[in-house]
Amino acid sequence: MTTTVTKLEKLVGKRIKRKEDPRLITGTATYVEDVKLPELLHAAILRSPHGAANIKSIDISKAAALPGVVAVYTGADILGVGSVVCAADLPGLRKPVHHILAQDRTYFVGHAVAVVVAKDRYVAADGVDLIEVDWQPTQAVTDPEKALAAGAPAVHPEWPDNTAFIHNQEGGDMAQAFADAEVVVKQRIVSQRLIPNPMETRGVVADWKQADKAMTIWTSTQIPHLARSILAGQLGLDENRVRLIAPEVGGGFGSKLNVYPEEALMGFVSMKLQKPVKWIESRRENFQTTIHGRGHVDYLEIAAKRDGTILGLKLKLIQDLGAYHQLLTPAIPTLSVLMMPGLYKFRNISAQVIGVFTNAVPTDAYRGAGRPEATHGIERMVDMLAAEIGMDPAEIRYKNFAGKDDFPFLTAAGLTYDSGDYAATLDKALEMIDYKGLREQQVQARAEGKLMGIGISTYGELCGFGPSPATPAGGWESATVKVEPSGKVTVMTGCSPHGQGQETSFAQIAADELGVPLDDVIVLHGDTSIVQYGIGTFGSRNTAVGGAALFYALQDIREKAKRFGAKMLGVEDGEVVLADGHCTDSNGNSVTFQQIAGAAYRGIVIPTGSEPGLVATRFWEPSNFAYPYGAHIIVSEVDKETGQIEIKRYLAVDDIGNIINPLLVDGQLHGGVAQGLGQALWEHGVYDDDGQLVSGTFMDYAMPRARMMPWIESAHTITPSPVNPLGAKGVGEAGTIGSTPAMVNSVVDALAPLGVRHIDMPMTAGKIWKLMQDSSIQEKKA
Amino acid sequence: MIANSFEYSAPGSLKEALALLAEGAKPLAGGMSLIPMMKLRLANPEHLVDIGRLPELNYIREEGGAIHIGAGVTHFEVESSPLLLGKCPLLAETAAYIGDIQVRNRGTLGGSVAHADPSADYPAALHALDAKIVLTSSEGTRTLSTEEFFLDTFTTALDPGEIVSEVIVPVDAGLTGTSYQKFLQPASGFAIVGAAARVRQEGGKFTMVRVGVTGLSGNGYRARNVEDALVGQDVTDANIKAAAALVADGQDASSDLHATAEYRAHLAGAYTARALRAALSRSA
Ligand SMILES: Cc1cc2nc3c(=O)[nH]c(=O)nc-3n(C[C@H](O)[C@H](O)[C@H](O)COP(=O)(O)OP(=O)(O)OC[C@H]3O[C@@H](n4cnc5c(N)ncnc54)[C@H](O)[C@@H]3O)c2cc1C
Repeated sequence: MTTTVTKLEKLVGKRIKRKEDPRLITGTATYVEDVKLPELLHAAILRSPHGAANIKSIDISKAAALPGVVAVYTGADILGVGSVVCAADLPGLRKPVHHILAQDRTYFVGHAVAVVVAKDRYVAADGVDLIEVDWQPTQAVTDPEKALAAGAPAVHPEWPDNTAFIHNQEGGDMAQAFADAEVVVKQRIVSQRLIPNPMETRGVVADWKQADKAMTIWTSTQIPHLARSILAGQLGLDENRVRLIAPEVGGGFGSKLNVYPEEALMGFVSMKLQKPVKWIESRRENFQTTIHGRGHVDYLEIAAKRDGTILGLKLKLIQDLGAYHQLLTPAIPTLSVLMMPGLYKFRNISAQVIGVFTNAVPTDAYRGAGRPEATHGIERMVDMLAAEIGMDPAEIRYKNFAGKDDFPFLTAAGLTYDSGDYAATLDKALEMIDYKGLREQQVQARAEGKLMGIGISTYGELCGFGPSPATPAGGWESATVKVEPSGKVTVMTGCSPHGQGQETSFAQIAADELGVPLDDVIVLHGDTSIVQYGIGTFGSRNTAVGGAALFYALQDIREKAKRFGAKMLGVEDGEVVLADGHCTDSNGNSVTFQQIAGAAYRGIVIPTGSEPGLVATRFWEPSNFAYPYGAHIIVSEVDKETGQIEIKRYLAVDDIGNIINPLLVDGQLHGGVAQGLGQALWEHGVYDDDGQLVSGTFMDYAMPRARMMPWIESAHTITPSPVNPLGAKGVGEAGTIGSTPAMVNSVVDALAPLGVRHIDMPMTAGKIWKLMQDSSIQEKKA
Repeated sequence: MIANSFEYSAPGSLKEALALLAEGAKPLAGGMSLIPMMKLRLANPEHLVDIGRLPELNYIREEGGAIHIGAGVTHFEVESSPLLLGKCPLLAETAAYIGDIQVRNRGTLGGSVAHADPSADYPAALHALDAKIVLTSSEGTRTLSTEEFFLDTFTTALDPGEIVSEVIVPVDAGLTGTSYQKFLQPASGFAIVGAAARVRQEGGKFTMVRVGVTGLSGNGYRARNVEDALVGQDVTDANIKAAAALVADGQDASSDLHATAEYRAHLAGAYTARALRAALSRSA
């Protein structure tokens, strides 16, 4: 019988509201804190109040005697538990042993010393106050450059030079580049420590069942499977008997791309006490003990011709590592080296990375992880070079861009950029903002004594992490598509979305490929007992890698469904098409996708060589990273009297490849820009010389608020990535990477008439005011 | 971030509350300053008496040419009171600068005044308004000027067992212009400096000037030197600038992560001038 098949509207590319939002908005989502179990115990942790101190003795007797306290454990108790894992490696890397509770010495404020387990969290907190530690504070060092100086206190006594590693990378011939150079510009550029603050802090519930030798751990993580493997190792358990659940995760930004001491610690406590136990990180602990981001001091030198042709870039990167390596700590600055060339075609780079131990919480991946620092470096240097030779900042970029015919483009740092047309993106941005008009306006404004600035950044990034050989723990991703007998579809992704919105975008992809309504698809993730092994969410990889795995699994479903459809229609395989939710033969007869699903499970009609059921799993290994890029332009004005910066316009033109859901893309970009502006203008993780975290609460750590944000004008150019079948690149980090140099370039441009060449972040009003004072003095002297 | 255990009483009348306070209990109003300190265990009171719910402390009324505001009135009520907006707009304008809407919905005028945070907003306005602070205990009531009340950082003239029960501000209708100008600390939203100005002019001359400043030093203050420099002088921007430049004289400017003493002093001058200009533009 001929059936009329209605053409279905494609969902990919549509601005669809997030499927995950109703539960978030109505407060019915389950975070770790919402996990309630019978006989649940509560843990609180005593932490070091000193940047560096010897523990002469610990007396837990008063705490242990407090009614309601069940147990107190210190460093001596946990020696059977494996230490905190660092998955990154570099030749000659010094790896201090990082026990889950301090032994005889603490290395940073917040370092875990003891855990009190009690019947409720209030008693646990009181118990912590009753532990008596005989501290012997020693001199701390928190500034990485001071830590490198001769005679500095040794963070780890066994390594008095405080140097964890030195990593060199050369590309091309730097000596020749400098020999050929007509102009060399040098600058020290700081990317200050930032403190990630997801709305949900970390938290862990561990539940050990002795009879089954089985452990269930709920933890707020971006990498459930990797965390399970690591925790099973630390606790000496069978991986298949550890179930790790990342329930609703309220933000991570890289800070939860990690496995922290408290996760194994709760496992240990639950095994000891044979009861479930919960620990929820306080905001203060989040500031002190969850990884920080950035922490660079970069010494940069750019060599060029007077016509603006860049010849090479030299970098000495001093990375503040903190006291230990967390999961990826030493690897992060090496990513900066890879992105040193930015979007430019110069052939010579030379980089030395010095990893420095300090008495501070470890740094590690934070939104952008190494790429914002690199982009800030190259984009500042390009602007400084332009200023030095009197060239327009847009023009110097055009002069040095890799051309659209150069792709795949092998960079001086050895990466192969997948696709791009950088000039077209900058064209679009300049046109949208009326760059020529703005420069005329600026002349006028300057004549009126106003400090108006225009800042451009043309950023690139590597994301879609990534080919497995280039990652510490595998860079592929997995997906399972399970079609139920009713034709409803369950997607299980190895990614672990925690705000990115893949429950929506992956459903869009599945619905399009299978021709089912959006609501017929659900996306599951984050539970190792439900989802096949996966790598997780970081490095803007969900769509580019996880989405690709999903796409291929959907193709397997389509193939199998077509064979069932052909059999049901009584025609040969290959004589049918599957479209719009129907399998149709050349005569126009069709069966629906739902009928096919039913038949696949009924098992009466089975195509030759096929089998019942309609489930497919794919693991997909990317051949390369994906390389989004864009042009961000900021128009700013500086208040001459106070130094306060006002953003007049913010324009972002991003090329992130094909777009699955523009609404999600906007959200990612806006959030990223907010975080980037936060770094450029306000945020600063500050330790004093004694190792105290001075910016350790929201009273002093300036997280940007909605009212501090500009209106963001946004547009796209679209250059699909050839690396994955979706043509998607990644957008999770673009905003953070593009925004900081645009902001600094804008303010430096505003202050250029006063002779200002560079400003380090955060560009607080006080700092700008001081700079204006100094430069007006210089001006008067000149 | 969990407070020590404490006792909590919510008496139904002011009299009962004052009796408990006389025994050494500590008042709790909006909790917006006290609770965070307790969570950090910087304050560890054993007994809290909730005065934030007492109807006897919750009123805004005009009486004898002044406006009387109960200590339990929230920042939001101050900000949105038609009476204040019409007759003492400076206080309403100042309240609107406090924290965020959640804080303004809970925090109280009396709590803020009693807390005497050196970066709080109200002290600037109250100094400029010649406000009176009414203090009550089980022993009785006394009324102080702002300069008598605000003694130092987190230090006031309150005796143990005594509460701020009322704040009295003048009806400032007609020819008086006022303004509060605040430079926000980017993290906390408190004032790095805040300046409140209240002026009257006649025949091109300043006839009355009041300036209150917060944030600059350890205690909010009335900048009498700025006032004296202006009263009787011509209304010119040069005079405003010159007078405002005196605002930090004799003050021990604070220095912290967010502003050096030098920058704070500079801002105090700049914001005093801005407040004076805005106030002038509103004085008929
Ligand atoms: C996020 C945040 C942002 C803020 N931003 C600002 C800001 O920008 N500007 C600003 O000025 N303030 C700000 N605040 C503080 C806020 O205004 C508080 O509400 C106020 O300082 C205290 O008022 P309260 O009613 O909450 O008092 P509580 O916190 O209940 O009490 C504060 C102290 O005063 C005592 N007390 C309370 N009431 C009385 C009384 N009637 N008599 C005697 N003693 C009393 C208490 O015992 C306690 O010691 C902010 C607070 C927060 C949490």
